[in-house]
Amino acid sequence: MSPHPTVAKTITARPVIACHECDLLQRAIAVPPGGVARCRRCGGELYRAAHRRLDPTLALVLAAAVLFAVANAFPIVGLEIQGIRNVTNLFGAVQALWNQEMRPIAALVFLTTILMPAVNLAVMIYLLLPLKLGRRPAGLTVIMRVLQSVKPWGMLEVFMLGIIVALVKLTHFATVVPGLALWSFAVLTLLLAAAAASFNVRDVWDRAYPAPRGEVRA
Amino acid sequence: MNATPATAAACGLLSCHVCGLVSRAPGTGGGTAHCPRCSARLHFRKPNGTSRAWALLIAAYIMYIPANLLPIMETSSLFGSENDTIMSGVIFLWSSGSWDLAGLVFIASILVPLMKLIALTLLLVSVQCRARWLPVQRTRLYRLVEQVGRWSMLDIYVVTILAALVQIGSLATITAGPAALAFGAVVVLTMFAAMQFDPRLIWDPFHQESQHHD
Repeated sequence: MSPHPTVAKTITARPVIACHECDLLQRAIAVPPGGVARCRRCGGELYRAAHRRLDPTLALVLAAAVLFAVANAFPIVGLEIQGIRNVTNLFGAVQALWNQEMRPIAALVFLTTILMPAVNLAVMIYLLLPLKLGRRPAGLTVIMRVLQSVKPWGMLEVFMLGIIVALVKLTHFATVVPGLALWSFAVLTLLLAAAAASFNVRDVWDRAYPAPRGEVRA
Repeated sequence: MNATPATAAACGLLSCHVCGLVSRAPGTGGGTAHCPRCSARLHFRKPNGTSRAWALLIAAYIMYIPANLLPIMETSSLFGSENDTIMSGVIFLWSSGSWDLAGLVFIASILVPLMKLIALTLLLVSVQCRARWLPVQRTRLYRLVEQVGRWSMLDIYVVTILAALVQIGSLATITAGPAALAFGAVVVLTMFAAMQFDPRLIWDPFHQESQHHD
């Protein structure tokens, strides 16, 4: 933080940013660690403070990737009614829907709970590893666009809540045996939220292209 | 407040929706502008956003009817079969004592989709009338619609798990009903509609001088 903002201003012109929600032009300011810059007109989030180190984010993403694998490999819950036992994992549930002629729904569940979260995690690892080593990831622009379009469709936290509601419904007439994947999903939900909060898109661009050409400054 | 604050569009500047870089719009030579940093296609406003949002929203309204009237879950057991709509599922949870989960499912499956449809309609109408009332609140409403919409998927996931688990031959079988398809469509359509809506249009009536609507 500069003690004299006026001095800092005369030394370098700061990049101009436009609010994505109301299009207001503003000068980018330095934000203290953990802080968020908000639009002064509509209150929309402009950007978050850049991280000094990428390690915490990378650690969260790698841990989430391991748990994601566990959550997909093991059964979520088992059901026991009069000695008959039935277990399911996530992909098994998708298959069951597919076989019940509910193919669009099976596809939607597959996309939002398996494919999109997997792509999201893979993309974040692909971006963070080279950046940590001080290199620009190959195909960065394409990857960032993929990340942007994939993000809203990963819905594991909603799925987690869905498991809870389903279990409560089932406990009324059967014995429910929680599986390893259930706990993995619970922790994964928290890790993904932490990773998403820690992953900073603007930071990635600034590290990859410290002084982009064509940028408007004022 | 002094003069009207400047927007990027009013100053002939384009902000990139992928990397956030603000760059000068190329001359009026036609052709599409590309971001100098990430080469994404640039627009002053999302192209045809309002008409696309309307189309998706109307489709969502249509699907909302079967989503609520048809059964979302079909249960057959030794004691006969039963069809559950979204609402009767909520009532079942409520009457079996899980009033907290009943409230949760009610909010996620009934309230959120309905409020989302109404909110998007309100936003689209107000933008088309170039309304000037409560821009901050309308922007906040848009933000809420974008963030909350995904939670409507809850019922789809509940049905998915129940349909996969409760397959115990003649004892009890649960299958997903036709409303699941309609409901899934409502969620996806409203999410796309919210993505197509450009919140910057809420603020454009305050900048009469901006003619850019690319």
